[in-house]
Amino acid sequence: MIKTDALIIGAGPTGLFTAHQLKLIGLNCEVVDNLDKIGGQCIELYPDKPIYDIPAIPECTGEELTNNLIKQLKPFDIKFHLSERVEEVKKNNENWVVKTNKGTEFSTPNIIIAGGVGSFEPRKFGPKECEKFENKSLFYSIKDKSIFKGKIVSIFGGGDSALDWAIELSKDSKVNVIHRRDEFRGAQSTVDKVNELAKDGKINLFTKYQLKGANGKENLESIDIIHDDKEIKNLKTDFILGFFGLIMQLGPITNWGLNLDKKKISVDTEKFETDQKGIFAIGDICTYPGKLKLILSGFHEGALAARGCFKYARPDEKLRFEFTTTSKSIHSRLGIKKDD
Amino acid sequence: MPKITYIEHGGKSHTIEVSNGLSVMEGAVQKNIPGIDADCGGSMACATCHVYVKEEWFNKLPKKEDGEEDMLDMAFEPKKNSRLSCQLMVSEQLDGLVVDLPEKQA
Repeated sequence: MIKTDALIIGAGPTGLFTAHQLKLIGLNCEVVDNLDKIGGQCIELYPDKPIYDIPAIPECTGEELTNNLIKQLKPFDIKFHLSERVEEVKKNNENWVVKTNKGTEFSTPNIIIAGGVGSFEPRKFGPKECEKFENKSLFYSIKDKSIFKGKIVSIFGGGDSALDWAIELSKDSKVNVIHRRDEFRGAQSTVDKVNELAKDGKINLFTKYQLKGANGKENLESIDIIHDDKEIKNLKTDFILGFFGLIMQLGPITNWGLNLDKKKISVDTEKFETDQKGIFAIGDICTYPGKLKLILSGFHEGALAARGCFKYARPDEKLRFEFTTTSKSIHSRLGIKKDD
Repeated sequence: MPKITYIEHGGKSHTIEVSNGLSVMEGAVQKNIPGIDADCGGSMACATCHVYVKEEWFNKLPKKEDGEEDMLDMAFEPKKNSRLSCQLMVSEQLDGLVVDLPEKQA
């Protein structure tokens, strides 16, 4: 069981800056995120898109903002638990006990939910029967490519993941690529390579088709794909791969007994605490009168939530307000040495 | 004010007035019309405000920008008449627009 002063759920910009605020006031924290990388929506949804409304930063991309926030955290040793989703939150005396899907357990007086619109999960196929094949012959990510050797693999999607895997798997498997339109959004060089392999008969391309159904009792036997013009084709296949990017799902958060209002968590505007003592919600996931879904609002909410955490983590101490420009204790936490 | 009609997958129809300058997505979200999630808040980054535009309207709408078609790749069961409602700006020209909502957004 990991003991920490505060557990932050969500490694997006709000979660990252809040970690910084906690460390500045002398609290330790750990961060959990379901994505395999730091940055949340900024890194997953718009790494290359420009942001123009971060104070004092005229223009930056989602990736640059993330990198700068990580850089700002450098003086501190903060443990990130990536690719882990918090499943369970339970009260144990004065502390919260938090469990992730990988079995990591935390005991903490403070939980800060900075979960955006929820955790990122793969987007799935529409037809209902797909579910029964999931993780057997239908996958949304690949862990072990050796299982595809010598088999027929049908890959859906038009982005880099779909195309990169099509190229890779075409070496040892029979590959079908199915996409809803003629254009692919993958990198041009990748698209060129796929077209070349298609010309050589190494990849079968089906554009303007989508999945209509998956057939087979126990094991997957074939799929039906449907053209824009309603024509249906049956393809023999051993595996289906779907690469449609990620979607945000609120997931287990709905089970933690918090006051939810339209998929958002209601908080006060003094400490951004929920109706559960010691559970705070900040950033896009929280709601209160006047809430703005801006990154800068998340920073403000995090700064106040961090102070709210102090009371529960250090009940016998009083928090003094200090500026980073002048405070010796903050400088020592930041590892700044004076030259004079 | 322009009137926009949203038809849920189950057939339930909502006709509401939406102010000029709002997007078709924002109109729905403000009036709590079920079936439009708009997770990313209108930054064309999530494809959860996906709608099907009635044929007679589809060609009257401003054309899609590049990024919209890319995002529609990710939408749940996209069709030829799919659009992201965050990219449809309401104006007098859109008065009477009818959009069908997909079975689900993800």
